[in-house]
Amino acid sequence: MQVFFSIGVDALAYGMVLFIISIGLSVTMGLMRVVNLAHGAFAMIGGYIASYAARDLGLGYGFAIILAVIGTIIIAIPLERFLYRRIYGAPELTQVLMTIGITFCVIGLANYVFGPTLKTIPLPAGLQGPVDLGFRTIAAHKLFAIACGVVVALGLWFLIERTSFGVKLRASVDNTAMAASLGVRTRIVYAASFALAVGLAAFGGVIGAELLPVEPYYALRYMVTFLVVVSVGGAGSIPGALIACLLLGAIDTTGRYLVPEYGEFFFYLAVIAIVWVFPRGLLGRAK
Amino acid sequence: MSAPDIAALQPIQAARPWQRDLIGVAVILAAAIAGYFLFPDNLALLTRIIAIMLLVLSLDLVTGYCGVATLGHAALFGAGAYAAGIAAVTFGITEPLSMVAIGAIAGAVAGLVSGVVILRGHGLAQLVLSIAVIHLFHEAANKASTYTGGSDGLSGIAPDPVFGLFEFDLWGRTAYGFGIVLLVLVFVLLRILVRSPFGMLCRGIRQDPVRISAMGASVKASLIKMYVISGAVAGIGGALNAVSTQVVGLDSLSFTNSAEALVMLVLGGAGSLYGAFVGTIVFMWFEHVVSAANPFHWLTIVGALLIAVVLFAPKGLYGTAVTLSQRLTRSGP
Repeated sequence: MQVFFSIGVDALAYGMVLFIISIGLSVTMGLMRVVNLAHGAFAMIGGYIASYAARDLGLGYGFAIILAVIGTIIIAIPLERFLYRRIYGAPELTQVLMTIGITFCVIGLANYVFGPTLKTIPLPAGLQGPVDLGFRTIAAHKLFAIACGVVVALGLWFLIERTSFGVKLRASVDNTAMAASLGVRTRIVYAASFALAVGLAAFGGVIGAELLPVEPYYALRYMVTFLVVVSVGGAGSIPGALIACLLLGAIDTTGRYLVPEYGEFFFYLAVIAIVWVFPRGLLGRAK
Repeated sequence: MSAPDIAALQPIQAARPWQRDLIGVAVILAAAIAGYFLFPDNLALLTRIIAIMLLVLSLDLVTGYCGVATLGHAALFGAGAYAAGIAAVTFGITEPLSMVAIGAIAGAVAGLVSGVVILRGHGLAQLVLSIAVIHLFHEAANKASTYTGGSDGLSGIAPDPVFGLFEFDLWGRTAYGFGIVLLVLVFVLLRILVRSPFGMLCRGIRQDPVRISAMGASVKASLIKMYVISGAVAGIGGALNAVSTQVVGLDSLSFTNSAEALVMLVLGGAGSLYGAFVGTIVFMWFEHVVSAANPFHWLTIVGALLIAVVLFAPKGLYGTAVTLSQRLTRSGP
């Protein structure tokens, strides 16, 4: 029972961190049809900025998060303007190559600037140590990650279902040309959702730094996981991504607890099984 | 995209094809001999380049000719390498040609398995499936450490002399010659394959799968067939690597290896066997020089190189060179 409970909490926390990072990828992939392998690199940049702000500059945790989100978006804007815009609508192979290239560059530069060691983001006193829930105690930062995931999911749901920006976004996802001819400025919608995606990635990178440690190969190591989440959930679907994250988080965490010697064998087996049965993702729409 | 493709196809059919291929073989042999005399101390590296070339050629068959985007092609290469290595270490089959044959068969089987899995999806799903396949192979090889040696690698492969005459020497001369002969054989067979009706069918599938199936050909069966052939080629490459280095490591089944093979292919130019050669040589040589200085700068440079190729030379080095030379000859006379 104890084991079951800790697996449950870890899986939930891990799944929520995955969700925060990869939901942006899912939205941009559904909207712009760009297979963005560099998404993990943005999460990593966020982690590095937060680590620098909190550890080397001694700023507060909340301030570090804000700085990380804004800083990463500022770094991403020229990339979107000069590189991504050229591969909208290009064949997948081209997009894969370009974004892998960006990932490699970011890894190399991160290593050059920050060195190959792990970077920690010191937690504030309130998030350190365990929290007593009455019947069990769990680590506070995991609880925080879960709460952030819930807030992000609700916030995105509100943004997309209840605001005029959400209407424009959904219209652009469904049919860009039609939306543009009806007066939606799709270019601005694109840019705004790209910035939102990058910002969420950076946010997730900071929140999840305890679970996915920040180091130069972060971008490559977890890139696959984020892609898998989007593919399993279905590109562009928020509930799909949420289900996929919780499901994959549960499979991965259970595998690590019960059969650690098999590594990620069962994770990838499950991925193949799910994608085999649902080639468009759990909640993906037919073309 | 069909217009430039047709333009690229025409000269192949118009010129006397066999003459072109003979020139190709002659160029390979000349480059091989030049490599032997120019870099006598680096024969091991040259042999590794040949092995990776076979992997890139094999990737070219599915990506360049059939249009399947995959990041898991090293699974086929690693399957061949491990099969040849296990045959030598566990079952005592140390005859090099048999080892290569076993590698080719294992590669073909791995090609069948991963082809069936990967071709289930399209677009993003296809990519993710290919990534999952390579990780699955990697974890499986890591776990089956009784046969594969796990993360320590499989060592103790001691191949017999080729035909009982040429012993594998310390300087890698025999391995190099062995590799060149294999490469030329594979190249000739692949030239025949890609010009055959089946090869043309595969190119057609890349350009318009719906139309091909409307013509009555089975798209999926053709692609799986190509995957099996591609697996055999990659398996030969893996076996060559096992025979020449006498160890097989887990890195031969890694995602990085797959991604690098794709980079080499695109750098040289997908959809052309010569492009695969050019890309591999340029990439591996560059890597040899730069990564000796600093492995992380190497990664930055590869990244920048990739972005540059996508932006400025989408057809790759070979494709761009062909386009340039055509433009020159057309404007000349």
